[in-house]
Amino acid sequence: MGWFTRKRKDAEQPETKEEVFIQCPACKAHIYKAEWEKNLEVCSHCNHHERMTCWERIDLLIDRGTFREINRRVTASDPLKFADAKGTYGEKIKETRQKTGLNESVVTGRGRINGIRVVLAVMDFRFFGGSLASGTGEKIYQAAAYALKHRQPFIIVCASGGARMQEGIVSLMQMPKTCAAIARLQQARIPYFSIMTDPTTGGVSASYAMVGDIHIAEPKALIGFAGRRVIEETIKQKLPDDFQTAEYLMEHGFVDLIVPRKEMKDTLHKLLKYCVAA
Amino acid sequence: MYLDFEKPIEDLDAKIAELKAASSGTGAGPDPQIEKLEQERSRVLKDLYSKLTPWQTVQVARHPERPLLRDFIAGLCSEFIELHGDRHFADDQGIIGGFATIESHRLMLIGHQKGRTVEENLRCNFGMARPEGYRKALRLMRLAEKFRLPVVTFIDTPGAYPGADAEERGQAEAIARNLLEMAALRTPILVVVTGEGGSGGAVGIGMGDVILMLSNAVYSVISPEGCASILWRDGTKAPEAANALKITARSLLDLKVIDEIIPEPAGGAHRDPQGTMEAVKKALMKHLRRFQGLSSKKLAARRMEKFAAMGRYR
Ligand SMILES: [Zn+2]
Repeated sequence: MGWFTRKRKDAEQPETKEEVFIQCPACKAHIYKAEWEKNLEVCSHCNHHERMTCWERIDLLIDRGTFREINRRVTASDPLKFADAKGTYGEKIKETRQKTGLNESVVTGRGRINGIRVVLAVMDFRFFGGSLASGTGEKIYQAAAYALKHRQPFIIVCASGGARMQEGIVSLMQMPKTCAAIARLQQARIPYFSIMTDPTTGGVSASYAMVGDIHIAEPKALIGFAGRRVIEETIKQKLPDDFQTAEYLMEHGFVDLIVPRKEMKDTLHKLLKYCVAA
Repeated sequence: MYLDFEKPIEDLDAKIAELKAASSGTGAGPDPQIEKLEQERSRVLKDLYSKLTPWQTVQVARHPERPLLRDFIAGLCSEFIELHGDRHFADDQGIIGGFATIESHRLMLIGHQKGRTVEENLRCNFGMARPEGYRKALRLMRLAEKFRLPVVTFIDTPGAYPGADAEERGQAEAIARNLLEMAALRTPILVVVTGEGGSGGAVGIGMGDVILMLSNAVYSVISPEGCASILWRDGTKAPEAANALKITARSLLDLKVIDEIIPEPAGGAHRDPQGTMEAVKKALMKHLRRFQGLSSKKLAARRMEKFAAMGRYR
C-alpha cells in the first residue's frame, strides 16, 4: 500500500501544486510529496508525525510477509440501537466499514519484528476516531488471549479519542475488560508494550494504554485523559501549548521512551530482547 | 425541593398543607378530605416514579437531598474508621475510604464523596476525584486483600476531575492502574452505584464481582449534556441523549452490565433515606454472605471472565 494514497482535505493549494507538494498540517510548510513519503509522513521541518492507517503501521513495524490477521471478522455492534440527530449508528457503521475497509477501530494479528514473534493490535483513527467500543475491546481481549496462549509479547499501537459514545455503557466496560486481558498477561509474565500515537486520550488512555510494561510515545503525540477544551472550561485558564504532549507526559513520568517513527521498529526489537527468553 | 416533573405532587402537598392549616386548632378529628388527598398523593407519587424517563431519572440521581456517601456510612455501618492519603501526594476527599463494620461483616468501604454545602463541595470537589483519590482507593483495596476483607465501593460521581493538575499527575494512569489491579485482586469486590455513575471516574473504583445499582441511579460513558453537545451540537438536547445512551438501572441490567437493581422507596431515595438504607443493607448482606469463604484466586479469574463477557456479541 502506498504511503500516500489519501488526499488531504485541509490542503488549500492549487491542484498542480498538490500533486507535487504536501502541506504539513502542523507547521503548514510545503514539502515534496516524495520526501514526505520517504520520511514516513513525518514533517522534515517541525517533526510532526502524521497519523497513519493501521496497514501503514503494520508495514512499518512487522517484517514483510509475516503479518497474519486474527479475528478479522469481529465487527462493530450496536448494543444500544443508538440514533442521534444525524441518523442511526447502525447506518454509520456500515458507511464507515465501506469507506475504510475495516470492521472495527483496531486490527489484530501476529507477526515478527526483526524475527521475534509478537502479537500486535493496531488502532486506526479513521474508524470512529479510533474509539474504544465493544468490537475493539473484544479484539484486544482475544489478541491478548492469543499472546497468552502462545506466550508471545503483546504490543498495542494506540490511536484513539476515547470510548465510543454510540455504544454507551458497553463501551465504558471495555476499559475494565481490556485491563483484565492485560492483567492476565501480567500474571503470566508475558511482556506488554503500549505505543501511544496521536491521539491517545479518554477511555483508552485510562485503560490499556497506561498499563504497559513499557510505554512508548511518538514525538508530539497528544496523550491525556480529559480534553483540552473541557479542562480549560473547568479551570478557566488557557493551557500551555505543550500540555498533554508526549514530551509533557515523559517529563511527568508516564512515558518510558519517545521514539521517532523511523526508529520505532528497531527500538521495539532492542527492548523485546530484554523481555523475551531467547 | 420539587423536580420539574413533580408538579402534581407539589400541588397536592400545597393543598394538603392548606387544609391542615385551616383545620388546625378547630379541635376536629382527622379530616376525611385530607386523608383522601394523602392517598391521592401516594398514588400519584408511585405512578410518577414508576415511569420516570431517563432524563427524569438523571434529575433524581442528582437530587440535592439524595443520600450521599456519608449518609450511607452513618446508616449502614456500626463503625467506620477513615484511612487517609495515597502515601504519595495527598489525601483526596473526592474519594474516601476506611475500615467499616456492617452488621457482623468487617470490610473495606470506599466511595466517592459529594457534599451538600458549598464548603463541603469545595473540600470534596463535588465528588470528582483526582489521581490521588484513585491511588488511595487502590492502597486501601490492597490493604483489604492483605487482611482478607471484602471491598465494598459506593459510586456517585459526575466524573474524574478534568483539571490540569489531575492530568499532570496522571489521571489516566491512576484509573487504568486501578482497573488492572482490581481485575486481579484476591478478595471480593462489591460495587453499589448509588447516584451518578460518571464514566471513567466511576468505573475507576467500579470493577466488582457484583455490581448493584439503586433503581434511580444512572451510569453512563458520558453525561447526557456532554453527549448532546457533541452529537446533537446542542446541550439542551440532553433528554434525547439520556434516552439514547441507555443509562438507567433497567437498561444496564438488560445490557448485563449490572447484576441487580436495589429498589428505592416510592418517590426516590431522597424521600425515604431510612428505607433506602434498609434496602441497600439487605442487598449487601446477601452478597457478602455469598462470597464468604470463596477461593480468592478463583474469584479474580471469575471477575475477569465477567468483564470479558461484556460487549461480546458473536
Ligand atoms: Zn511541519
